[in-house]
Amino acid sequence: MNNTAFKTYICIVCSFVYDEAVGRPEDNIPPGTKWADIPQSWTCPDCGVAKADFEVVEI
Amino acid sequence: MKTNAHENKHLNLESPILIIGTGLAGWSTAREFRKLNSTKQIVMLTAERGDFYAKPAISNAFAQKKEAHQLITIPGQKIASTVGVKLVQNTVVKRINTTTQQVETSEGRFEYSKLVLATGARAIKLQMNGDAVDEVISVNSLDDYATFREKLFNGARVLIVGAGLIGCEFANDLAGEGFEVHVVDPNSGPLISLLPQAVSRQLETALWSIGVKWHMCTFVQSVNYDSKKGMNVTFANGESRCVDVILSAVGLRANTKIAQEGGALCDRGIVVDATLQTSITNIYALGDNTQYASETLGGSASRTMPYVMPIMNAAKALAQTLNGTLTKVVFPVMPVAIKTSILPIVIAPPSPGTQGSWSEVQEGIWNYVDSEHKILGFLLVGSKVSQRSEQMKRMVPMT
Repeated sequence: MNNTAFKTYICIVCSFVYDEAVGRPEDNIPPGTKWADIPQSWTCPDCGVAKADFEVVEI
Repeated sequence: MKTNAHENKHLNLESPILIIGTGLAGWSTAREFRKLNSTKQIVMLTAERGDFYAKPAISNAFAQKKEAHQLITIPGQKIASTVGVKLVQNTVVKRINTTTQQVETSEGRFEYSKLVLATGARAIKLQMNGDAVDEVISVNSLDDYATFREKLFNGARVLIVGAGLIGCEFANDLAGEGFEVHVVDPNSGPLISLLPQAVSRQLETALWSIGVKWHMCTFVQSVNYDSKKGMNVTFANGESRCVDVILSAVGLRANTKIAQEGGALCDRGIVVDATLQTSITNIYALGDNTQYASETLGGSASRTMPYVMPIMNAAKALAQTLNGTLTKVVFPVMPVAIKTSILPIVIAPPSPGTQGSWSEVQEGIWNYVDSEHKILGFLLVGSKVSQRSEQMKRMVPMT
């Protein structure tokens, strides 16, 4: 698997980190899921910000 | 909604929505309101610069090698123009005139149609004796964090006062980076008011394993400059230690002064109803300064909730109300993450006053259950923190 293609995003509200390579299996988001492919209904697990409001910074 | 002709005569409906404070509560309210209303003017007042940053990141910023300025995610003026608000920086609020609906500040008067108090909370300072008590610092803002980082030279010995959530996170962050870390607390174990004893013990052991030295069941009596270097701290149990930096993390007290002087009812925080309105018409409050209504807390006692998640929920409801749709806040189950990387913990505590008890249902997963076997809280330890969503589904919702 080519990991370099994966990006990491940080929630600007609470600093929760979403890593595309790791995904979020506990929310049924498998490893390798691109940010763009996360369902709109998903919310930040730490602060509850909706994905639509989730202003992300690539790190 | 009730309309009152007499009130409306005074009230300048054309006046902006005025928000005092630019922490997470202030910015979240502005952002949520802008999603609903793109034209109404918003003015925000801050005694600082109004930079937007992730506050929970402060207590584990060291391990991420971040300086204070690197924690700013969006500079004040930039987020102001993005959201579309007028940001008034370096401005100190003197008083609220509730009759004329004006706020007097160091930079003149500001009118409001609706006023939002997002004034936050300040660190509680404990009484200590000695000639070096002014050296004791708290970290509750980006500026505080910058001061703390300046004091923290390589090899510094650090005393953390308070073994609560913030104290434990800092202890983990600093010990993990090789600092000599001491923690003092009058309780018998870390986070003992929140965690079952066995988990508190687990956290104590985990932090000890990375070098944290505990001084439990005692407190700081005096802090004096040492003749050679640093400060000499004497504990009530007679022991003493020489340290270079003292960080106090013993909790927050709501900033209620301007609300109180303006005549708003205050208790442990600014008292609000379920729509976040204070006891004064057109004045609202949310965030660390606010004592939320029992109705929004599933009927449990009215209280402050100094965490990130309640702010996000409150801001969404308040934005609706400010836009003319009277909306009550409904707080969902809001688990708190304790970011001690050596032993991460997620806890959804039962409401205060709930009758029940904690039991470990499988390794690292605890449930708080009442006599009818209803799950009223949960606790996830170590690798089990990943099961948060699953556990939330099993909770009995607040009604």
